[in-house]
Amino acid sequence: MSALLDIEDLEVTFGRTAAVRGASLRVETGETHCLVGESGCGKSVTALAVMNLLARGGHRSAKRMSFAGTDLLSLPDRAMARIRGNRMSMIFQEPMTSLNPAFTVGSQMAEVLTRHKGASRAEALERSVELMGRVGITAPEMRLGQFPHQLSGGLRQRVMIAMALMCDPQLLVADEPTTALDVTVQAQILRLLASLKREFGLSILLITHDLGIVARVADRVSVMYAGEVVERAPTAQLFSAPQRPYTRGLLSCVPAPGKVRRDRPLGSIPGTVPTIPPGFAGCAFRSRCAHAIAICEHEIPRRPAGAAHDYLCRLMPRELAEPQPA
Amino acid sequence: MSAAIEVANLRREFRVRSGLLAPQRHVIAVDDVTFSVPAGGVLGIVGESGCGKSTLARLILGLLAPTSGTALVEGKRLFELDRKERARLIQPVFQDPFASLNPRRKVKDIVALPLDAQGTFSAAEIDRRVAQILERVGLSAEMGERMPAQLSGGQRQRAAIARALVLEPRIVICDEPTSALDVSVQAQILNLLADLRRDLGLTYIFISHNLAVVEHVASEVAVMYLGRIVERNETDALFREPRHPYTQALLASVLTPEPGRGVPDVGLGDAMPDPANIPPGCRFHPRCRIAVERCRVEPPLPMARGAEGMVECHLA
Repeated sequence: MSALLDIEDLEVTFGRTAAVRGASLRVETGETHCLVGESGCGKSVTALAVMNLLARGGHRSAKRMSFAGTDLLSLPDRAMARIRGNRMSMIFQEPMTSLNPAFTVGSQMAEVLTRHKGASRAEALERSVELMGRVGITAPEMRLGQFPHQLSGGLRQRVMIAMALMCDPQLLVADEPTTALDVTVQAQILRLLASLKREFGLSILLITHDLGIVARVADRVSVMYAGEVVERAPTAQLFSAPQRPYTRGLLSCVPAPGKVRRDRPLGSIPGTVPTIPPGFAGCAFRSRCAHAIAICEHEIPRRPAGAAHDYLCRLMPRELAEPQPA
Repeated sequence: MSAAIEVANLRREFRVRSGLLAPQRHVIAVDDVTFSVPAGGVLGIVGESGCGKSTLARLILGLLAPTSGTALVEGKRLFELDRKERARLIQPVFQDPFASLNPRRKVKDIVALPLDAQGTFSAAEIDRRVAQILERVGLSAEMGERMPAQLSGGQRQRAAIARALVLEPRIVICDEPTSALDVSVQAQILNLLADLRRDLGLTYIFISHNLAVVEHVASEVAVMYLGRIVERNETDALFREPRHPYTQALLASVLTPEPGRGVPDVGLGDAMPDPANIPPGCRFHPRCRIAVERCRVEPPLPMARGAEGMVECHLA
């Protein structure tokens, strides 16, 4: 496998606030890579930095940021605009706000193809109908003439996905694509993404805060905290042998159905995600960490913990066979 | 066990027009809902968006008038009480702590408001009670001096809980209390709610779409579909042996953090439920994978299941 998206040491700042601090991320061809973390940890900003869609005032820099061999950092805006929505496309959390309420579904979908591929309107509409069928929208011809508010949340998200696939992208960046949906619809949308990945050979960068989703769909996981990628591992390994105290804490916070002990409190992490002032050094989790000692205020090493698994912490890797705390 | 709240045959209709000249339609948001919660119990209410769970909460809180039906709290008829009396019995905690706290008031004033509104508490008594409850929910006195915008999501939800509890109500309606919070903070708030219930002898009605959370906090669970409770049972029984095909589909769609299991096929199809257009017969039959002819014509009646449970399905 080769890296489709390769980011090294990404820094994103908004004025004096550092939103992403030295994040490195590799999405391999054909994999679903999950970027997981709590709100404010920088996962959405990372995706927006890749797409070069940072809000005004945002500034990105990196050692390397390449997509299918193309250097994204030196790419002029117009060339980036040709890649975006074409070879690399993105879907967002709330499909109602990312669809234009004043235009029909059909005209919004067709525009992607007429803009990027110079297709005629008739060709573009034909492709729209085909893709709507592929993402499980019934009666696609009728939907073309409808406005976004006439569709349910699940249908809108399917339209967004179909729209993102119009130009056969290599990479789909999905930012919390099911967070606004019911659990039943969420399962349908995630199944759809998995089948599209197989069918189209798509690589997916899935951003989520939901560890249940991560466990079920990801091939590999990067855990973000306070702007850093703090642990990276293949999915099974992350869940069976999480290393960093933050990752371990996060996993203990999730109530596991069927293993519920109502007489016992859920695991929780004290405090909240800190805001990182400029010039911050050391481990950003130390104020919430039970293992924090004086050296955590200084540079902390990235330690390997098995094949393709590493993490940022002063602690040495734990035995893989060690049982998880209840 | 005595019931803290008994709700019987509760119903709420809305009349809606989808356009200026469109015909008026009836939406039955809550349809003949009956349940009771024992003192100290937690009734979890689950269902998809549009199933009527939040309307049910608003009816019980007195924010909406029911079309018909009754609710008894400690033997008093809830819908006949005045606002102040109702506020002493029953209080809400809502989903979004960013929207449910007045952004222009200090936290301690927000928490004091229910006491103020009663008009029977002295200023000193109000200060004393506010300080006490802030400490109980884990907010420092200094936090009380802040504005809501200066608090994190978890701290705001603690403030909302303090406001709900400052009048020492018997019942708290939690409507998606942790949905807007991060997982690590969600666990803190759930643990706090559990401690408060035990220490203060509270009764909760806990509305959530997150079944894992409901399983953790509820002693009994009611599953709503298009305005009706289609299954209700003691929590362990419901999760161990769901009877209604809809409950089974809901449980199947929970993504537990178990790698390698993939995403399940819940088998509900694409037909989304429309409360303005409730199907005849069993209201779930268009999405049900085991529906038979009878389901299309004859609405199922509630049938007892076990000591406490009930289910509305011809085939369960």
